[in-house]
Amino acid sequence: MKYLDEYRDGELAQQLAREIHRITTKPWNIMEVCGGQTHAIVKFGIDELLPRQINLIHGPGCPVCVTPLEMIDKALEIAARPGVIFTSFGDMLRVPGSTTDLLSVKAQGGDVRIVYSPLDAVKLAEQNRTREVVFFGVGFETTAPATAMAVFQAAQKGLKNFSMLISHVLVPPAIEALMSSPNCRVQAFLAAGHVCAIMGYEEYPPLAAKYRVPIVVTGFEPLDILQGILMCVQQLESGRAEVENQYTRAVRKEGNQPAQQILGEVFRVVPRKWRGVGEIPASGLGLSAAYAAYDAEKKFGLVDRHVDEPADCLSGQVLQGRIKPHECPAFGKRCTPEHPLGATMVSSEGACAAYHRYRRQPTEAII
Amino acid sequence: MCLAIPGKVESITGDDPMSRMGRINFGGVVKEACLAYVPEVKVGDYVIVHVGFALSKVDEDEAQKVFEYLKRMEELDELKEDGWDERPHEPSGGSSVASPHQKLP
Ligand code: SF4
Repeated sequence: MKYLDEYRDGELAQQLAREIHRITTKPWNIMEVCGGQTHAIVKFGIDELLPRQINLIHGPGCPVCVTPLEMIDKALEIAARPGVIFTSFGDMLRVPGSTTDLLSVKAQGGDVRIVYSPLDAVKLAEQNRTREVVFFGVGFETTAPATAMAVFQAAQKGLKNFSMLISHVLVPPAIEALMSSPNCRVQAFLAAGHVCAIMGYEEYPPLAAKYRVPIVVTGFEPLDILQGILMCVQQLESGRAEVENQYTRAVRKEGNQPAQQILGEVFRVVPRKWRGVGEIPASGLGLSAAYAAYDAEKKFGLVDRHVDEPADCLSGQVLQGRIKPHECPAFGKRCTPEHPLGATMVSSEGACAAYHRYRRQPTEAII
Repeated sequence: MCLAIPGKVESITGDDPMSRMGRINFGGVVKEACLAYVPEVKVGDYVIVHVGFALSKVDEDEAQKVFEYLKRMEELDELKEDGWDERPHEPSGGSSVASPHQKLP
């Protein structure tokens, strides 16, 4: 496929890897923020091409994984109500709540449906006026414009039976929270390309300056990731801490202005709990006052529900880069993709699931 | 879930900028996507699509940059008299390294 296959060329990947080897003189910890990048790194064995001194830390950038337990529990409760059509991206169905998951609610008769786009949920609401249609809006800045448009269109169409359970999270506050933690080992960041396609990267220079970390906006294919790492190492080795853009074919400095406009209208910035990490100030999106009627938490009376995280899953430490997935005692034993204890084992972009899938046998099918 | 992939815009329907839709071809698989966020896009352009929305237009010139960079790097290497003598150590599990020109799956 054009703009995809050519960025997976094994020989060119080797060439980039050789250049990284050539210039690396010291150990460096680089965090890839986005779960999509974690998935590609583990799948293609990109980390195994790197010099031993380069340690990739897998960051918190999987929205499925960081959706807090209490949000999952709220989703489960709404989905089990009679008269509700509960819609969601497929990845959320197996995320464990306190006692069950959406797939089990569906098996017990709940009307839970997987949709490809949030606009499909709006269509369902138009076609089923006597039912309450709820969409589970999770995701980073990449996904938020899609859910914002669904709410915007529902409002334009005057739909009263559509609402959204929103657990959107924002990347820069998470980077800030990671960097300000005293035992943070991260020395450079690969910023998530598709988040920046929406938001641009003007938020990053103050972070790069404050914490003296290089931040390189990076794409998702093997050549992108290797070039992003190379650009980080070039900066680290020469003592620079700047914001650079590797993913220029899709990301402009100012981001996507029409998308930002709708985000600003439909959403407002709110504090948000991250699974395994805790609450981070101003790190999420909720509906703005003008669109409050579309808030499923209000509609179903669940605003004040709070649930604590279970102690036996170490995903919080995985998400903060303190341990690698296989260092969790439950990994591959009590916790598997079939029976996940934590969300990082559910989504294919979760670090635990990626390690489980690609790292239990010797790595195959690599560059 | 953040997967977003490039596809070619085959046709566009609707004039209202807020609800313009396109049919996007992803290497043979065609899907609908909302084009509200890429008002500049025309038929034949490539866009990056995520959950039924085009997020951004692929800039064709910028898309070549990494290949140009690699080509320059290769030419520089050839200029070096004694060639490549700092070969990196083989990554662990050397069998995982594919031969040149092999594409990743
Ligand atoms: S292996 Fe399972 S229990 Fe351990 S951190 Fe990962 S998701 Fe949690």
